[in-house]
Formats: sequence, C-alpha cells, structure tokens
Amino acid sequence: MAWRNLWRRGRRTWLTVGAMVFSNILLVFSMSLQFGSYDMMIDNSLQAYTGHLQLQNPRYLDEPRMRYALDDVSGTAQLLRDKLGLQSISARAAGFALASSKERSFGLQIVGVDAAHEPLVSTLPGLIRQGHYLKPGGREEIVIGSVLARNLKVEPGDELTFLGSGYDDSFAAGVVRVAGIFTSGINEIDRGMAQINLGYFQQVFAMGDRGHSVVIRAPSIEQVDSLAARIRALGIVDGNKVVLRNWEELQPGLKQAIQADMTSAWFMYGVLIVLVAFSVLNTQLMSVLERTREFGTMLALGLKPARLARLVMQETALMTALGLGFGIAGGFLLTWYLSYAGFSYPGMKEMSERFYLPDRMYPALSVLSLTLGPSIVALGSLLASIYPATRLYRLTPVAAMRAV
Amino acid sequence: MRAGTWQFSILLKLSWRNLWRNRRRTGIMLAAISVGIWAMIFMTALMRGMVDDMLAQGIRNLPGEIQIQHPDYLDDPSVVNSIAEPGGALLETLQNGGARLWAPRIRVPAVIASERESRGVELIGVEPGVEQQISGIPGRVTEGRFLESPRDNGLVIGARLAQHLETRLGKRVVIMSQDPDNNISERGYRIVGIYHAEIAALEETRVYAGLEDLQKLLGIGGRISQIIVYGEDYGNVDARYRSLAKVLPAGLDMRPWYRIDTYLEAMYKMMDGFVLVWVIIIFLALSFGLVNTLVMAIFERVREIGLTQALGMRPAQIVVQVLLESLLLLLIGLAVGNSLAIATVKPLESGLDVSIVAEGMAMMGAGSVLYPTLTLHDLVLANVVVIVLGILTSILPAWRAARLDPIRALNMH
Repeated sequence: MAWRNLWRRGRRTWLTVGAMVFSNILLVFSMSLQFGSYDMMIDNSLQAYTGHLQLQNPRYLDEPRMRYALDDVSGTAQLLRDKLGLQSISARAAGFALASSKERSFGLQIVGVDAAHEPLVSTLPGLIRQGHYLKPGGREEIVIGSVLARNLKVEPGDELTFLGSGYDDSFAAGVVRVAGIFTSGINEIDRGMAQINLGYFQQVFAMGDRGHSVVIRAPSIEQVDSLAARIRALGIVDGNKVVLRNWEELQPGLKQAIQADMTSAWFMYGVLIVLVAFSVLNTQLMSVLERTREFGTMLALGLKPARLARLVMQETALMTALGLGFGIAGGFLLTWYLSYAGFSYPGMKEMSERFYLPDRMYPALSVLSLTLGPSIVALGSLLASIYPATRLYRLTPVAAMRAV
Repeated sequence: MRAGTWQFSILLKLSWRNLWRNRRRTGIMLAAISVGIWAMIFMTALMRGMVDDMLAQGIRNLPGEIQIQHPDYLDDPSVVNSIAEPGGALLETLQNGGARLWAPRIRVPAVIASERESRGVELIGVEPGVEQQISGIPGRVTEGRFLESPRDNGLVIGARLAQHLETRLGKRVVIMSQDPDNNISERGYRIVGIYHAEIAALEETRVYAGLEDLQKLLGIGGRISQIIVYGEDYGNVDARYRSLAKVLPAGLDMRPWYRIDTYLEAMYKMMDGFVLVWVIIIFLALSFGLVNTLVMAIFERVREIGLTQALGMRPAQIVVQVLLESLLLLLIGLAVGNSLAIATVKPLESGLDVSIVAEGMAMMGAGSVLYPTLTLHDLVLANVVVIVLGILTSILPAWRAARLDPIRALNMH
C-alpha cells in the first residue's frame, strides 16, 4: 500500500527522490575524494622522511638538540627488526653544519643514516636524480637536496666540507664527496638537508654509538597502532630515556590540517542533508494533508492512528531506499570512473604540492565513503517524516472526512 | 500601458494570496530557502575571511606585493646576486606615488651559533623605521626591542630559534655568512629582541639586523638584495607593476606577489571558483524542493486554473502568475536568509578562534583566528544566482500550468 501511495503523485516522488540521489552522489564523491586525499597526504608526507613511529629521547621532540640522544641506536634498531620481524626500521642521527663548496657556504641539517635500511623507511633514497645513494658502510660521501646542490653549485663527484659542533661540543668537521642529489618536491628538504652514513656521522660528531631516532615505517597506516603496542610490549620504551612518538606527534600540522578541512567539509555536508530533509518533510506533509479525507475514512473504519503513522513512515522509507540505491549506484559509478581517469582543476598543482599530493586526484572508493553520506541522508529523511506522521494522531475521523 | 500595470498588480495580488493558501508548505519551503542562502553566505564569508588572511599573511611573509631583485636571486639567494640601491627614474617613481611604501632589504643565508648550538638561518637586513608595515615583525617583539636604526648593531631573533640555540635576550651569538669573494665573514652580535611569528618555521629561520650594519659585515657597500614595494591593495597590484616596469633599469627582475609564490596565486584564483561551485550546489539541492512546491501548488489548483482560463485569462498571464509566486517565495526566503547570514557573520567578524587546529592552519598558511569577511560581491553573487536560476527552474512547471486544457481541467477532480 505504501508503494502504491508513492506513485499516486509520481512526479513529486521522483523530485524528492531526485533531491536525495543528487546529494547522495555528491556526498559519495566528495567523501571518497576527501578520505582518499587524507590517506595520500598522510602517506606521502610520512613516507618522505618522518616515518609512522619514532623512538626518541623524551626531550628531543621539543628541543632537537644533539645531546638529547638515544644510546646504542643501531643496536636498538636491529633488536626491533629481529623482534618485530619487520625490516622497515632504521636508525638516524642529526645535526646542523655549515657546508661549503668551492664557491658557496650554506647552513644545513645533516643526517646520519643507515644506508642499508634507510630506503625501506623513506622515499628520499629513491628520489636520487643524479649520481647514486649512499653505499652501506661507505665513508666520506654525502647526498644532498637539489636546491641546495644548485645553491652550492656542486654536482656528483664534487667535494664539500662541513663544519659543526659535536656531541661533546667539540669541533666537528669533515670533507666529503657528493655521491647523489635528490629531488623530493618538498622545499624544506630539497633546500636544507643532506645525508651521510651513520657510522661516519657518529665518528665526526663524536656521538659514540648514539643517535637521535629509530624510524619505523608500518606496512600501512592502519597497522600503526598495533605495531606501537607490540613495540611497547618489548620493554625498550621506558618513558625515561626512550619514548615512542607516533606520526601525529611528529607532524602535528598534518593532523590538524586534516581536522580543519574535515570541519568545514562536515558543515557543507550538514547543509546539504538539512536541505534534503526539508524536501522530504514538505513532500510527506503534503501527501498527508491531501489525504486527510482518506485517512479520516480509514480511521472511521477502525484503523489505529499508529497504523497510519507507520504507513507514512513506510512510504518515506521506500522513498529513502530508492534515493539510497540510486545515489550509491550513481556515486559509485562517478567515483569509480574518476578513480581510474583521475581529474585535475586549475591551480591544483600549486595547492597539492603544499599538502604532499600528486597533480591529479584519484578519489578512493571505500565502503565507508560509499555508505556514510547516504545513510545520514536516509536518517535525516526518516527523522523529517516524523512530524507529518505525528499529525495523524491529531485527526478526528468525523472532522477529517469533512475536510476538502 | 495603464491596463498592463493594472493587470500586473492583479497578478501580483493573486500570486501573493496563492502563496499563503498553504501556509505550512510555504513555510517549509521558506525555511529551506533561508537555510540554503544562509549557508551559502556564511560559508563563503568564512572561506573568504580565511583566504584573505592567508593572502595578506602570505604577502607579509614574502614580504611585499612587488619585489625587485637580481634575475638570479630568487633561485640562488646569495650575496653575489645583489643589486645597487634604486636610483634615477626608478627611485623617482617609487618616491612619487609609484609605491605606497617601499624599502631596500638584504636577505642572505647565514649560520647563527650560540655557545651550545648552531643553525642555518636567513639573515635579513632591514630599515627598522618602515619594517612594521613591511613584515609586521617589530609589533611581534615580545622581549626586548626591535632594531632602532639601520646602523643598529643588535640582532632580533625568533623565540623558537632562541630556544633551539639555548640562548636568550642580552646574550651574544655569532653570525657567519659569506661575502661576495666567498670568504666567511663572522661577527658577534648581541640579541636585543625576541619575536613570536604566527608560522613556526619562519620564527626558526628569520633573523633581523640593521641594513647598514649588515652591508658592513658582508662588505657590499651600498648594495642590497631586494627592493620591497607595497601598494594599497594586493588585488590591484597589476597597475602598479606596469607603471614600475616602465622605469625598471635593464638587468633587474621584478615580480608581483602571485608570481613569487604560486601557492598564493592558486589560492587567490580558486576562491572565486569555490564560491560559485558552492552557491550552485546549494541551489541545486534547493531546486528540487522549489520545483516540487510549485508542481504541488499548481496541481491543487488545476480546476481553478481551468476556470480562469475559461473566463479569459491568457496562458502568458498564468505563466507570469506562477513565476511571480515563485519569485515572491524566493524573495522572502532571500530576505530571511540574508538577514540570518548577516546576523551570524557580523558578531564573528571580530574573530573566530580556531587555535585548536593552529598548526594545521599554519600549514595552509592561515593564522589561528578566522575573520569572516562579508563582501558585497559574494552577497550579490549568491542572491543573483538564486533568483535567476530559481526563475529558470520555475519556467517548466509554469509553462505546464499554462498549457492545461480548460475543459479537461474543469472536469478534473
């Protein structure tokens, strides 16, 4: 009966369903895009350098100074690799130095890395555009960012000297040969970072076996929490000399940029959903009002108001189901097509660089992005039909039958 | 003509009365239109405020609406790529209305070292008198003072840099930078001021010294890195750019802000596109309800329309009547929605605190307080789009109403 009632006013029903389908398609598409780009933002920025988790000295995060170091950093990294059965774990040490070529001098961050494992935690080693990455155990060689290389006017094979201060405030200096030049696309890294082998770093900067971080890259972002729990269970993290930092602590800006974007996106979704709910409210109220006589007759025949209210809710539910079905199908097709074809809009290249995204966007379909928006629309629509349904309780059979 | 006006006023009266025949339905539709318009304007004001802030701050961080420098300087900001102070026609234009404000500037890479730590920084030589208007840094000094003259031999550094260097106000640090002959010049400086910047990365890297003092340290005589130019409005930078281009000596590179930082340019351009897309999406969501309401209103009155047609009302008049009804609905909705939007935006214009996500906002280049900005342009755009598209979508139901066959319509139940 609900089904037949719907089609007594076919055009009206279609218009209401149309409103739902429209907003459902829009919601599916923009949520897929949103979630997809968040994942990409997180992945790209963390893979570049930071990793998902890091072991650090408790004070190092706020005050990245040479003396807030970890003891036996390579040993700890090896222990983690063995115990966790995960190879993408690498030790690092970092300091500042003044690097000079024949013509120029620049201050830069110099990082000592484990050349054998660094490629597993960071994409930088794979982004070498000229020359080659550090060789494990190799000494007196350095890889630097492309902007820095241009500013220093050096090419692979050229010599650089660097000056800094060591762990014990001694004078740290070295002469190295440029092995390779990387381009990450992230200006800060290309402009101000250089890597040398950890062993050589420890020797030049008088670090002994110390370092500043053990970087861990989880197989996927979903596994970060369970991995962190397993690392904690090993008893290395004592909170006193060693703490475990997750990516949200290491890059707070990333998380917050996502939150800020999320908030404004939800405001937009909310408005859309409210507008659809109004549409449903209007339709159902009208259909109740124009059937006042009919409902009066039914009441007179002994039907309970609750039964009629259920009928109206059923009509809404059917309409919602149609909107849900077509909306999800439409949203799926649109998003699915674009997730292969990708799309771009003017100005996106500049925007995306800032947020570690590629030039073309590929929305990511997921069960969540496909169903979250439409189910909220459906819920909103059902809520909106409560008011028309309650009006039925106020009908008195005699008055209603006399109504026009 | 008189008859025409009279007929129109009758039609208007009919539409107005028709509108209120079903108060509840009209009420719901009005609520939907009002919420839609409110959302259009509110969201736009919020975004506009954020983008304005990002652009203004972005330009202050560059700094300058226009920068003039050596052609190789932006790629290689070394002391080698310096230029002479402006002279001749350029100087004359700058001084006589070619710029609201201009200043020479030195900016070179350097290393700063305290007793414990050292860091790579950007060493900036400024004319302290105008620096407040150029970058706003003097107003952000929280400890000590800003530089007092171009010859001031003190140094002003960021709070985070001071923390990293484990140094503080009044302490000495060593500045090392390169002179044009590739020798390291090095000198001790006393920290006379500490500032806080909105963007942490800048606070860590920018160190301010007196312009002439720095020229002496670097041994470059009267040469500078850049000329910074400000006009009245960054949106209208092009006219100023063209007038300066006429007097720019050969061998100098001049750029407006949007060509220095392409991210700012993208933001600027995208904002208008975003407003239009947002307004249209909301309108589409509204249009389903609008058409629905009109279709219902006409359906209820089929017999009546048939009767008026039989009595001699022309189809065109019926179309006008339905369109008027839709227009009235839209206008009331717009009035309510606009006042609602203005009422909610105005109290927020003094600032909406979003410091919970401050670092995320910093990543986008915005500050931690949002200042929603209601512009006439956006207000007009939203209203015009709704009225024009609203009338367009009402044409179909109106046209269908006018095509009703009077006899059949009268016999319909």
